[in-house]
Amino acid sequence: MLAVNFLLLGAALFCIGVYGVIARRNAVMVLMSIELILNAVSLNFVAFALMSGAIDGQVFALYVIAVAAAEVGVGLAMVLMIYRNRKSIALDELSEMKG
Amino acid sequence: MLAAEAAQLSSGWFLENVWLIALIPIVSFALIIAFGKHLPMKGSEIGLASMFASLVLATGTAIQWIQRTNSASGGEESLGMLQAFGRSMPRATEGEVQPFIEPVVHTWVWWSNGPLEFGIGSSASGLSVLLLWLVAFISLLVQVFSLDYVRGDRRYTHFFAAITLFSGGMLVMLMAPNMVQLILGWEIMGLCSFLLIGHWWEEEANSRAALKAFFTVRVGDVGLLVGTAIIFFGANAWAVDNLDSNGFDINAIQAWALSGEANSKFLLWGAIALFIACIGKSGQFPLHTWLPDAMAGPTPVSSLLHSSTMVVAGVFLVAQLYPVFWQAFDIGQGSLTFIAVIGAITIIIAALLAFVQDDIKKVLAYSTVSQLGYMMLGLGTGAWLPAVFHIFTHAFFKCCLFLCAGSVSHSGSHHSFDMKKDMGGLRKKMPITFTAWIISTLALTGIFPFAGFWSKDEIIDNVGNNGYTFLMWVGLGGAVLTAAYMTRATYLTFFGEPRGAAAGEHNGDEHSEEHEMEHISVGAHEPRSLGAAANAHGADDHDAHDDHHASDGPHESGPLLLIPIVILAFFALFAGLANPTPLASRFGEGIESMKKYVEPSSTPVAFEDVIATGPGESIMLVDGRVSASPNAEGAAGGEEGAGHSSGCGFDAPEPGTACFFPSVTHAEPSFNKILLSLGVVAAGYAVAIAFNIAFYGRKNKHLVGLTERSKVMRGGFLFLKNKYYLDALYENVIVRAVAHPIAKGTNWFNQNVLDATVNAAGEGARRTGVWVYDNIDQRIVDGAVDGSGWIAEETGHGLQSTQSGKVSQYGALLFGAAAVGAIVLVLVNVS
Amino acid sequence: MEPLTDQNWLLSVGTFLPLVGVLVMMFIPRSEEATHKLIGIVTAGATLAVGIFTLFAFDYSKAGRLQFFVDAEWIPVINAGYTVGMDGISLPLYILSMAVTFLVMIYSWDNMPDAGNPKAFFILMLILQVGMAGTFMAQDLILFFVFFELVLLPMFFMIGVWGGEQRKYASLKFFLYTMFGSAFMLVAFIALYFQTGATSFGFQHLIEAGAGIDHNVQVWIFAGMFLGFAVKVPMFPFHTWLPDAHTQAPTQGSVILAAILLKLGTYGFVRIAIPMLPEGAVEWAPVIGILAVIGIIYGALGCLAQTDMKRLIAFSSVAHMGFVMLGISTLTTFGINAALFGMVAHGLITGMLFFVAGSVKHRYHTLEIKRLSGMLIQAPRLGWILGFAAMASLGLPGLAGFWGEFPAILSAYSPNFGLSEPLFRTLMVIAAIGTVLAAGYLLWLYQRTAFGEPSEEFSDSHGAGVAHSLSSAANDDDHAHGGIYDVTPIEWIAWTPFLVGIVVLGVYPQLLFKVFNPGVSELVARLGETLG
Repeated sequence: MLAVNFLLLGAALFCIGVYGVIARRNAVMVLMSIELILNAVSLNFVAFALMSGAIDGQVFALYVIAVAAAEVGVGLAMVLMIYRNRKSIALDELSEMKG
Repeated sequence: MLAAEAAQLSSGWFLENVWLIALIPIVSFALIIAFGKHLPMKGSEIGLASMFASLVLATGTAIQWIQRTNSASGGEESLGMLQAFGRSMPRATEGEVQPFIEPVVHTWVWWSNGPLEFGIGSSASGLSVLLLWLVAFISLLVQVFSLDYVRGDRRYTHFFAAITLFSGGMLVMLMAPNMVQLILGWEIMGLCSFLLIGHWWEEEANSRAALKAFFTVRVGDVGLLVGTAIIFFGANAWAVDNLDSNGFDINAIQAWALSGEANSKFLLWGAIALFIACIGKSGQFPLHTWLPDAMAGPTPVSSLLHSSTMVVAGVFLVAQLYPVFWQAFDIGQGSLTFIAVIGAITIIIAALLAFVQDDIKKVLAYSTVSQLGYMMLGLGTGAWLPAVFHIFTHAFFKCCLFLCAGSVSHSGSHHSFDMKKDMGGLRKKMPITFTAWIISTLALTGIFPFAGFWSKDEIIDNVGNNGYTFLMWVGLGGAVLTAAYMTRATYLTFFGEPRGAAAGEHNGDEHSEEHEMEHISVGAHEPRSLGAAANAHGADDHDAHDDHHASDGPHESGPLLLIPIVILAFFALFAGLANPTPLASRFGEGIESMKKYVEPSSTPVAFEDVIATGPGESIMLVDGRVSASPNAEGAAGGEEGAGHSSGCGFDAPEPGTACFFPSVTHAEPSFNKILLSLGVVAAGYAVAIAFNIAFYGRKNKHLVGLTERSKVMRGGFLFLKNKYYLDALYENVIVRAVAHPIAKGTNWFNQNVLDATVNAAGEGARRTGVWVYDNIDQRIVDGAVDGSGWIAEETGHGLQSTQSGKVSQYGALLFGAAAVGAIVLVLVNVS
Repeated sequence: MEPLTDQNWLLSVGTFLPLVGVLVMMFIPRSEEATHKLIGIVTAGATLAVGIFTLFAFDYSKAGRLQFFVDAEWIPVINAGYTVGMDGISLPLYILSMAVTFLVMIYSWDNMPDAGNPKAFFILMLILQVGMAGTFMAQDLILFFVFFELVLLPMFFMIGVWGGEQRKYASLKFFLYTMFGSAFMLVAFIALYFQTGATSFGFQHLIEAGAGIDHNVQVWIFAGMFLGFAVKVPMFPFHTWLPDAHTQAPTQGSVILAAILLKLGTYGFVRIAIPMLPEGAVEWAPVIGILAVIGIIYGALGCLAQTDMKRLIAFSSVAHMGFVMLGISTLTTFGINAALFGMVAHGLITGMLFFVAGSVKHRYHTLEIKRLSGMLIQAPRLGWILGFAAMASLGLPGLAGFWGEFPAILSAYSPNFGLSEPLFRTLMVIAAIGTVLAAGYLLWLYQRTAFGEPSEEFSDSHGAGVAHSLSSAANDDDHAHGGIYDVTPIEWIAWTPFLVGIVVLGVYPQLLFKVFNPGVSELVARLGETLG
């Protein structure tokens, strides 16, 4: 019963994250949104672990936290480099990845 | 002595340590090679010392062997060394059964295989002790001779090293307790003959002669290897079961051959194979061709090689393994044997060849071949003892003859060996050499009372006595020829007018100038016009002699050359008295010391008295005890008196006993036969002397130039001059065929078939690869790749518009797609 | 019999020690040539020292059993283990490989092939040594195969980089030919593995279980192994890579190739093919025997046709390995003992001959027999050593070669296990005739190169006085002048052990027979049990 609430919270966080990634122009904000998404996923893991009684989900959540930390590190470093080069972190001005 | 009685056989330090006799020269060889050049006498002192030590040891061994034999027949006092090789006191031994005197064996483990261990060491039997002493004695004298003869040679040290090893090899072979050691000694001699014959290898003729000697003997050695293998597998099981020995052990082979249980096929094929080896080594027809070419070596080498070592090895092998040949060829039954036939052919063909040689050493070489034929004839017809005795006497006079030839060339003919060109009339200039030569010639031709008479006549006598009348006449014919060719050689060398170098001419001024030059740069040998390759006259003109240039003409040689010659001439005179069979009827059989001490007894020995002697497992009697088997009296009693068809070698020995020697018969000496052979030889001499004086001395018109006038004579002369065309057959046909077309063909096959197959496989693979690359890879496979690339490219262009490069746009797409995926998943799972 | 596991670190240390040297050399720049040579020699020396220690630690009274035995897991997925051990059969070859590598390295001190670069050259030799020693100690098929193939690569580069004019062709041929054989061998190994229940690649297991395989299957598996090993030996008609490889390889490569690499094939027969597949061996023995004897005669005839000294020696290897294979094909203790002895003897003798050939090439810059003459005058010691090696090679008793030849011929007289006696006796006689041909080509070679006067082409570099001099002192000075000089000290150091080995083993063969015999007796006894 309680688990459903967790899942709902997770879904809400996920949607906020997705919105942030798509709508925000500031790279730092996008990164934070990604963190939200990851946390939503972690929350889901924990919730499912609670439901199944197995410990796997919680272990996975720990992994996700670790990976998230690394990802933020790399991401912030990239943002910093982009800022140094262009004096801006507005994502819609970046189109180097254009195919 | 009664058969059942047992007596302790004496032994001694010398008999137990016979192996030292061979080891000393071999170690000396290494010492000479290592240090010889730095010693005052350039290493020759080590060689001499080692041969002297070997001689002392061999003499001690001989004395102890005599004591041992005596101790078997009642423990008599030793009668000293002279007894064995000189005259022995008459002793009444008639009618007694001689017990078998077992060899004194001392071995170490040499190699092993499965449960069998094979030994190396020494085995002293009558035959081997006799020859050990002989080889040590002759080798010592030859080395003394060489001191002066090869002085100044550029490879003086090498010469002494090789000649010492040569004697060592022979000694190793003589004392071999088993076949493998025998092969070892046999091959060491082959190697040394290669080194010594090719001593002056700068000239191609010499190196070719060395090659030929080694190669011819090696052809015979195939027989030795194969024969040893056959005999090993034939005898091994029997030897292991009965004597606790193995199939290499010579005593075990002897016992096996006479056991009556030997498979006759093994025996026959083994004997034939081994005899082929002897044909090669002992220069028997048709492999005799290497011996005359071997004259390319220095004279001391020829003398050693032809008297007591190397060529005697083949005869020794037959004598040592006599039971094998006895049984295989039914010698006891009086059959015409392979050995006897080869021997007889060799006697005649070699003697005939000796007539057309101009080189004094080649006359002697063919004479050796002919005399070896006598030994083989004797062995092939059951005359074991006379044949062995002939080895003994022949060694002295043949060695003496060669050394005389060396002395003549050294001091008389200015290093030439050509009798027609550079000799003649030397008897006055070189009286001592001449006297020794004459004594040895008389000994060789078998004139009473010289050494050769006692042995050669015995062979002929026994051949006739054993029922081979025709072969006896062949032997007598050979004796006539021997007398004739030796007369020719003697006449050409020592009589008549001096010619060429013997007259003081040095083959023109050019030659002597060169000789002076030679003096300046030691060892720069003078180019000498040699005839057709191997047929060239072997000439010892390579050595510079300090003493030589002082005098111009021929003169007598110095003491170092003469002392050995004189000693040998002495033995050529008296050695026959070691076994004067014709005198036995007068002085009693004890006078025949060879028969007493050398010939093994054919008395059977009980198995339980025979034990394997430890590491190398050669066999000997328990505690040196002699016992004839209790039942053996009947079988063995008839060694002397009984008929021709009983005892060892005719009947299988009693169960539980073994024979080591067949009971051979000995001819009763008879005055008539002696007279016959002496008369024949005398006739030969008479005719030859008359002819030589007429031909060479007076230049009789009817005789001189006969070969030019008469076609028959010319044909015969050329046939002999070309050595029956055997050399042509071997060298031009067989060797050339193998070395050229066959080898080339093989090489062609290798390059053009096998290798070409490999290369073609490689090339084919490469071409296939090219084709595959062009057609399949490039068109189909690569076409597919290219095609897929094109599709991807076009698709990419189509989708390019979606790639704005905006992160947020990508995110939207990502999540949109994920959402679509999620919806699909949910729908699928729900429904 | 149970293997002994005392001091079981010895083999692994002895085998892999050269890798330490390789590692050190990797970090040293290429230009420091002397350092590289020194490190290489020291490493090889240390390896040899371990080898000699192994020699002393070995229990000769139990020479038939595996000693220093290790059986560790290696690749559990395929049941391949790191199984190593040493018995009397492999010990002499193992030590020989170490000694030869060490001596070859010493020889390389001032005899580097023209291409230079000692760093790479010495590293390759050390890796080669690992492969060779490993092959002899492996007691597991996969491990064996890995070492067996490991040997190929360094040799490929040695021939391909430091070789003669046609080195690329020769090296590629060598590599591909051997790989071709190995492919069949690997298939045979795997087939054997599955046929014995797919539980282990260990030799002991396969020997016990292999005998139970169906007769026809054994014959087929043996065929695969035969191809692999016969190429390596090399047996007629798979020998054509050998003359090219030998002729083109640098001296060092030739020596190692002749002394050790060829033995991997014959060792494979004795250690793997015959004990594991007794029935296959009996079926194949006549074929091996016939091919071996063809090889003896064929190699000898090939020698007679050669004009190049090194190529002649290479062909003589074909003939000599024929004797080894003839011994093996009889399946008797005599034959296999002789074969093993022949392997060591051939390694020493032919190795020595290749050394001499290399030194001749170094001095005369040619190996064409026609152009060489009078070596005994210009370089007497070199000439005598050539003569000594030639005599040993033609099987003179008292030198090592005889003990490989004579018992092998002897054994063919009565082969084991119902093999056809008439056939093998014919082979025996033909093989014995082969010894005559051996005398023929070796003496012919010797007569033409060593005897006679020096040919004019090479006699200029020498004063007339020195040419005939017997004293060796004069020869040392010539080194600097670049003329024809006699044996140098480095060469003496590298060669003396070979020469001593040839004499010692020839005079006292029991030294080796004692070590081989228990293992061989046991092997033949086991064959007897299985074959009934």
